[in-house]
Amino acid sequence: MSTVLPVIQPALKPQPQSHVDFDEKLATHGMELRAATVDTLQVNVGKLCNQACKHCHVDASPARTEIMTRETAEAVIDAVRRFRIPTVDVTGGAPELNPSFRYLVTEARAAGARVIVRHNLTVMFEVGQADLPEFFRDHAVEVVSSLPYFLEEQTDAQRGHGVFRKSLIALHRLNAVGYGQQGSGLALNLVYNPVGAFLPPPQAAIETDFNRELSNRYDIVFNRLYTITNMPIKRFLDYLRRSGNEERYMRKLVEAFNPNTVDGLMCRNLVSVDWTGRLYDCDFNQMLELGVAPELPQTIADFDPERFARRRVMTGSHCFGCTAGTGSSCGGAVTAG
Amino acid sequence: MAYYEEDDLNRFSDIGKYRPDLFEKFMAWYQACQEDGALSKREKALIGLAVAHVLQCPYCIDAFSQSCLEAGSNLEQMTEAIHMASALRGGAALIHGLQAHNSVKKVSM
Repeated sequence: MSTVLPVIQPALKPQPQSHVDFDEKLATHGMELRAATVDTLQVNVGKLCNQACKHCHVDASPARTEIMTRETAEAVIDAVRRFRIPTVDVTGGAPELNPSFRYLVTEARAAGARVIVRHNLTVMFEVGQADLPEFFRDHAVEVVSSLPYFLEEQTDAQRGHGVFRKSLIALHRLNAVGYGQQGSGLALNLVYNPVGAFLPPPQAAIETDFNRELSNRYDIVFNRLYTITNMPIKRFLDYLRRSGNEERYMRKLVEAFNPNTVDGLMCRNLVSVDWTGRLYDCDFNQMLELGVAPELPQTIADFDPERFARRRVMTGSHCFGCTAGTGSSCGGAVTAG
Repeated sequence: MAYYEEDDLNRFSDIGKYRPDLFEKFMAWYQACQEDGALSKREKALIGLAVAHVLQCPYCIDAFSQSCLEAGSNLEQMTEAIHMASALRGGAALIHGLQAHNSVKKVSM
């Protein structure tokens, strides 16, 4: 259930909601944030991207040069093999632009891992990437793609002029090789991000809208829609500041704090590795250069899942983004709402 | 002093400083009205937006615009709701024209 109601929040004082400490907030509910296990290694292969979306917490763009080397990719695969990590979640930037991307996917699959690729759809139109749908299919990759809305105006406002039209073509190509089609076993999951400084709608409701509109308007099918809250980090934080929305947005996140989301937070079962091999509790902490607790191994070469299970998770005010309303994770809302 | 202060939206609970019992009763009613029921939260947010325009309450317009977005509505849908409310308001004014006609007829040969 959303805890945000319009106009009135009687229990709340107007100031200064954006400065509430996340750990203190948890403590008021008798909680602390600790991992439960490590079943997912989220690999951020770098900040290079063919797009420069306005909400990007990575600040990724075509101008970025930070990308994972083959040597680091091999250290990642070594950890996946040694510890039989169940899920490898590959992200960026546009991860496909990393020369080691196909190596990572192929070897992670060969090691028996489920592989998720956070695919921005338009990278398919870059040089040498036209066969991505077939590559994904041949390796049974789970594709997760951002499409902030089923209309051109909103999508292009967030992701850049012309992105919506290209995304539709890419989705048709993915559908054509079986993605999103019933019974194919090829999962195509879409991501809804609010196009602005507001919280996502209930996931089930907007998924129904996407299903209906993408099917009726464009003859596109997909499996699930994940709603993800925009994090007040990097480019989205810049937008909040430029537009005068920072205080209001942060207050909204804090007011919408929902203790029922904490059990399902992604940091409780995920470890994030950056392009240099350093370890973090999540991709957001990675972008803030907030590493894992100092008592833990700091790099993928020294990774040990037993030490990371039950670990203390490092937090900041951005964590309110994952606990607002029905919660937010790389797999969408964390409570039913 | 401006007649409307944006930050007052966040200070609404200050009304409860006096007669908090009445404010609490109002709050319970107000919050209960907005939950999913026979109508969805999205439908209720659109009703709120439409009524806010008829009331011409800037706080309500601001708050229910956000509510509509966070319930998954887009500007096209929100604008339709606003047109619906505005058309009804226009129609309600216009039908009173018959009162004028009646009044005129009453004193006319």
